[in-house]
Amino acid sequence: MQSAGIFSSMRAIGIGLIGFLVVSAAAKAQTQQAADSPPWKQGMPAAIVDSKLAPIAPPPLPTPADKLPLDKLKVKDGFKIEVYAAGVPNARTLRLGDKGTVFVSSRVQDKVHAIVTKDGKREVKVIASGLHRPNGIALHDGTLYIAELSQISRIDKIEDNLDSPPKPTVILDGLPKDEPHGWKYLTVGPDEKLYFQVGAPCNICMPSDRHTKIYRVGLDGKGLEVYAHGIRQIVGMDWHPTLKQLYFSENSRDWLSEDVPEDKLNRVTQPGKDHFGFPYCHQGNFTDPEFGWGRSCSEFTAPVTLVGPHSAALGMKFYTDNGLGDDYRGVLFLARHGSWNRTVKVGGDVLAIKLNDDGTFRSMEPFMTGFIQDNNYVGRPVDVLPMPDGSLLVSDDFNGAVYRVSRAQ
Amino acid sequence: MSAAHSKPVVLILLYAWTSCAWAEALQERIAPCLACHGEHGQSAVPEVPSLGAQTSPYLLIQLFLFREKLRRHEIMNEAVKGFSDDDLRTFADALAKLPPPAPANEAADPARMARGQALVQQYRCNVCHAPDLAGREAVPRIAGQREDFLVKTLREYKTNQRPGYDASMGDVMQPIPDADIPDLAYFSARQ
Repeated sequence: MQSAGIFSSMRAIGIGLIGFLVVSAAAKAQTQQAADSPPWKQGMPAAIVDSKLAPIAPPPLPTPADKLPLDKLKVKDGFKIEVYAAGVPNARTLRLGDKGTVFVSSRVQDKVHAIVTKDGKREVKVIASGLHRPNGIALHDGTLYIAELSQISRIDKIEDNLDSPPKPTVILDGLPKDEPHGWKYLTVGPDEKLYFQVGAPCNICMPSDRHTKIYRVGLDGKGLEVYAHGIRQIVGMDWHPTLKQLYFSENSRDWLSEDVPEDKLNRVTQPGKDHFGFPYCHQGNFTDPEFGWGRSCSEFTAPVTLVGPHSAALGMKFYTDNGLGDDYRGVLFLARHGSWNRTVKVGGDVLAIKLNDDGTFRSMEPFMTGFIQDNNYVGRPVDVLPMPDGSLLVSDDFNGAVYRVSRAQ
Repeated sequence: MSAAHSKPVVLILLYAWTSCAWAEALQERIAPCLACHGEHGQSAVPEVPSLGAQTSPYLLIQLFLFREKLRRHEIMNEAVKGFSDDDLRTFADALAKLPPPAPANEAADPARMARGQALVQQYRCNVCHAPDLAGREAVPRIAGQREDFLVKTLREYKTNQRPGYDASMGDVMQPIPDADIPDLAYFSARQ
């Protein structure tokens, strides 16, 4: 069941993802073993003694423009990569203002930056500081919304005030203050409401009533309600351009095994009701060895597709332009930050995911690769942003930079 | 002596003088650090960490956090105020070269050591911090660290008082009962 699930999710992967297919084979082997004894009992102590797996902290200082790994990063034939902006510390979420300003959030630093293009030159400005994990940002009708660890605030008419922006005005506070998975992703829905998540305050645990949920709230911070249940952590959401359903990437638990569970691409089809399984069921077909007893994965909303074990699927956007060619119109670009809890790293790329007209999974292939070299990171992609000229921006929080991918000619 | 000969001599002297002066200047600037953190990498001040053989990437992150006031400590915030990025790198590299602190030397209670060792394995401290707890890259050395500092820090992570740089220690400490913290610190301080 499980290996079939992994296999089907992998069936349409492009040839560039050969490493991934090896992973899927390994996952199959793991599954056969798992039939005999629970995975957490399988030689863990012996294996772990020599393990050197640790979360990889981004350097605090951005990489100078001339030291960025441009020669290592690859896009498919017919496309090119250039540096859009360097010196954007811990560049995370990307958002575009109506007047062309690119806004960039950070997670381990306290600032939100704006990248302004003037007379062909790009300038990086601090527009808000003293924030606590301001990972989530969204723009709507000229207003910048900032989701910090435990509150959401707004700055009106931000693009008219880039040189001396006022302090953000808090519209919602009192959210849980847990540091683990406390950073937020923020998006505005077609219903003109703010959507964000409160992740699990742990790797794996029984969460409180307030955690592991997607919430929505009015642009004034009023009318908070639960939109979905049972999510572990989310760092990427976007709205399907025609179905108007919320799609999101979800990071699965660590320390269970090298290959299981995988991160997921999900969608909400029953607002307020969907439960995505945490902490009972992972990757749609695998009950948790501790919390899953007496539960079945059939109780929960199945993922759209699986996107690799520990791969840290983060920012994602539907690309509705045709500036990258007809092949890419309507695809979902998904940045995979890359694994830490895995011996052979996976991710460190941007995937192009194609969906069927009904929103189900059709295929995926790597679009931008090269962030992993010799099993080490030379950069880590976080978010993607389609631009009005048809190009695609990609943020890199490891180097504090934003790249631009466009057609080569 | 002809002018042709004197030029290299002057250059050598100039180089020796500048590198010497630079080293002296650094030594002078680093002296206040060592006054609290210990001359030889070992702190004798309660709840002030030993910095000997600490990893340079970890020191750089902490110095950066102090400068940006993302880690709040009045003395440290003041100490690195106005530091340039290069200052941060220089101090991190220089402090990392101090000798490792000696393990706490009073007779260890074997029962507590055994309990601590089991907990270190159970919670996988030794995976990120390395089997000898000497740390690597951005993961700090905790071997031979002051016991009181370790207890304080682990409690701060557990209660979200110390957010940490990327929140990974908050994640780690969430399921660990407070009662296990003293034994974890006891064992680690004696490595």
